[in-house]
Amino acid sequence: MLRDITIGQYYPANSLLHRLDPRVKFVGTMIFIVSMFLFQGWIGYLIATAFLAVMIKLSKVPFSFMVKGLKAIVMLLMITLIFNILLTPGTVLWQWKFLRITEEGLALAGRMGIRLIELVIGASLMTLTTTPNQLTDGLERLLRPLNKLHVPIHEVSLIMSIALRFIPILMDETDKIMKAQIARGADFETGGIIKKIKGMVPLLVPLFVSAFRRANDLAMAMEARCYHGGEGRTQMKPLQYGPRDWAAYAVLWIYLAAAIACCVLGW
Amino acid sequence: MSIKLENVTYTYNPGTVYEMHALEEINLEIPQGQFVGLIGHTGSGKSTLIQHFNGLIRPTGGRVLFEGRDIWEEGYPLRALRSQVGLVFQYPEHQLFEDQVLKDVCFGPSNQGLDKEACQKRAREALAQVGVPEELFERSPFELSGGQKRRVAIAGVLAMEPKVLVLDEPTAGLDPKGRDEILDQIAWLHETRGITIILVSHSMEDIAKYVERIIVMNRGRMAFDGTPKEVFAHYRELEKIGLAAPQITYIMHALKDKGLEVDTSAITVEEAKASILRALGRI
Repeated sequence: MLRDITIGQYYPANSLLHRLDPRVKFVGTMIFIVSMFLFQGWIGYLIATAFLAVMIKLSKVPFSFMVKGLKAIVMLLMITLIFNILLTPGTVLWQWKFLRITEEGLALAGRMGIRLIELVIGASLMTLTTTPNQLTDGLERLLRPLNKLHVPIHEVSLIMSIALRFIPILMDETDKIMKAQIARGADFETGGIIKKIKGMVPLLVPLFVSAFRRANDLAMAMEARCYHGGEGRTQMKPLQYGPRDWAAYAVLWIYLAAAIACCVLGW
Repeated sequence: MSIKLENVTYTYNPGTVYEMHALEEINLEIPQGQFVGLIGHTGSGKSTLIQHFNGLIRPTGGRVLFEGRDIWEEGYPLRALRSQVGLVFQYPEHQLFEDQVLKDVCFGPSNQGLDKEACQKRAREALAQVGVPEELFERSPFELSGGQKRRVAIAGVLAMEPKVLVLDEPTAGLDPKGRDEILDQIAWLHETRGITIILVSHSMEDIAKYVERIIVMNRGRMAFDGTPKEVFAHYRELEKIGLAAPQITYIMHALKDKGLEVDTSAITVEEAKASILRALGRI
């Protein structure tokens, strides 16, 4: 059940997108997110959808895998849609007491829905094609200028990579503890909300204990290997841009220019 | 007849790049009251297999039967099954969560719907059976030593009074004394309460003297199934799959090769000693 969450998961494959420099992918994702907010009309959404479709095709990650990741936002999506449909003023199509559906509401809900879905797919496309290590490496390099402002970039990215590294471990651990408690007759599925929350105690306590134990072990292991922070630290695989990365940047800038043009034109 | 598996196959993440066949065509029958050792290398599918016994995993192919009924048929009471087939996971002490030993052991029985007093009675019995002294009952399980924690966790499953007890590497990470004590107590439980015990291990040495039947798993398939003597006779093949027969087996075979008429099927040190003395004509 927990394995359905695909956001933040890496999907091993050998595709163009997998081989790109993580910095390019990070910048690309940012541009895509910005573009989703620049587009106003259907033409813009068409461009974004086409762009996303090409990227999905290039990534060689099965589309069904990404759809699974959408499960996590179903609730959010439903709430957004319902509120937008019912609470947007405009030409009334249907009315019952204080509830009414308007033409503008439907259009807005449609746009919001597409926006949310494409945002999530766009972001998961990055994590699906980039290992967590690459991702934090890329982020560290991109944010390096902030070092001048005394922002501890290395430490922040280390925290991020550890957090990402621990997601699957804690996920497995949760699975294991859940099974162990189910084997003792625990019930995580039925009952009201109070009963469900109470039922989480046998799962959460051992999970926290194990998270702390692992954190402690990791800190000890890092100290034993003389870890002392980012200063003077070199990398085993320094990031280097290749021709394909520059080409990708060119495509991205063209896409951004198109998005800005659409925004100005009000498409 | 208690547990029966028919052509059980299990695949992790079917249809993705992570696809992995954990079990292939397992046919197995474990009668009530047997003491079984399940042996295999890491990743041989033994942990996956035991989770089929109490319905934690649904096989991707084949059937699992408990007392003649398919546990995956519509309306089968899976929760009731789980109290009859107790499963103790690896490092069971990681599942402790209550602030008192006794309360934690009560968790299982109270999920079975017993009242507080009956739970406590069961919990006290179970704790006594695994050798946890009474003065620890009110303590926090997190303050106990590793060996004690493990006993408490095993008691947590035992308190549900299962007919079958499955233990996944119950001795992992324990010192030799703790290991022997826990195994002795499990054997004692088997004798006094007549419950089926399925003991998972990767060490032949540990379980050879306790079990009456050994099932060897290799790459998701059953490689051998028989009495310890029968299985250890294949000690060359066992080596090929990364396992080993008890050291005694090797000594006895070496002695026989040198011309001494000893019984190569001896497993324990005592049996070997008797056999060697007999061969030397000292008895």
